[in-house]
Amino acid sequence: MSKFRSPLSVAKGMGSAKEGTHHFWMQRVTAVALVPLILWFCLSLAMMPEATYATVVAWMKSPFNSVMLILCIFASFWHLAMGLQVIQEDYISDNNIRMVSILVMKLLCFFFAALGVFSVIKIAVGG
Amino acid sequence: MAEFKLPANSIVKTGKTYKAADGATNIKVFKVYRYDLASGENPSLDTYEVDLDTCGPMILDALLKIKNEMDATLSLRRSCREGICGSCSMNIDGRNTLACTKAIAEVDGEVNVYPLPHQPIVKDLVSDLTNFYAQYASVEPWLKSDTPAPPDQERVQSVEDRKELDGLYECILCACCSTSCPSYWWNSDRYLGPAALLNAHRWIKDSRDDATGERLDALEDPFKLYRCHTIMNCTDVCPKELNPAKAIAEIKQMMVERKV
Repeated sequence: MSKFRSPLSVAKGMGSAKEGTHHFWMQRVTAVALVPLILWFCLSLAMMPEATYATVVAWMKSPFNSVMLILCIFASFWHLAMGLQVIQEDYISDNNIRMVSILVMKLLCFFFAALGVFSVIKIAVGG
Repeated sequence: MAEFKLPANSIVKTGKTYKAADGATNIKVFKVYRYDLASGENPSLDTYEVDLDTCGPMILDALLKIKNEMDATLSLRRSCREGICGSCSMNIDGRNTLACTKAIAEVDGEVNVYPLPHQPIVKDLVSDLTNFYAQYASVEPWLKSDTPAPPDQERVQSVEDRKELDGLYECILCACCSTSCPSYWWNSDRYLGPAALLNAHRWIKDSRDDATGERLDALEDPFKLYRCHTIMNCTDVCPKELNPAKAIAEIKQMMVERKV
């Protein structure tokens, strides 16, 4: 940054990005959505008569349970990606490293979310 | 990455010790951060034994006694000595506050006095607040209205609307809040910090101001506004007992309100 720029010009920088509110809002929406979803997930596991492979697979085959599981995975990874992005923006000061690391993080979150959703569908509709 | 360790030339060394005059019985030890860019030396922590029997009750009184009677080379800002100018903001006993309104008796044991954290140092307790003031200017802290003022009177405001500004207009720009905020430490080049945002909110809430939308537009940014993670250090340290965290939360609330 040129030392001849005025402090006001430095403080204004490139102006407002005109975004951030959607991120902030969705972080809260997914957090609230996760409260009943995680509660349902924990209670469902706790209330299973026996913790065997066959019981869990049978439980997952119910349309309601598989949809709820997919919603759980979707909301968790969305919330995770947004939370990690905030941490990366906070602590990584180099613009290029920040951009690349956020992209890698989002790809990983997307990959694991897709893996989870596909696995649930495979069990739900598979033989 | 954010800096978690001090650079080698910022590590604080042990400094000189200035003894109280012979016969002093009521001694309080002050450890004061000293730094002089021109010397090329690392900062040091000088020790001053202050005779409280010949000293006023506030930390500022002790610092001025040190400067006047023990070590004239100590630099600090001060002006009003009654908590309204915001000049003598510094880190005392681990907390940002005003030296003039902090009583010596409030501190147990030795009194550690440092400049405001994470700002460039001009000398000793004088930090460089250029960016802080520029960020304040960047929120355009003045009335903006396309409505012409009545020719024969001031712009009127109801008692209720005026009350909305309580807790906002009292800010003295001492920078205690912004420099206590970890988000501001890591990203002060882009995050406006609690003081500038509290002042932005003071104008957003002003019933006489027409530029609410423009002001919200200017703040809608992942860094300018949304670096606030409600850590609350700002509210905790404000020597005027204001609540910048609440002001920022209200700005975020308005951002959501106009969107959903």
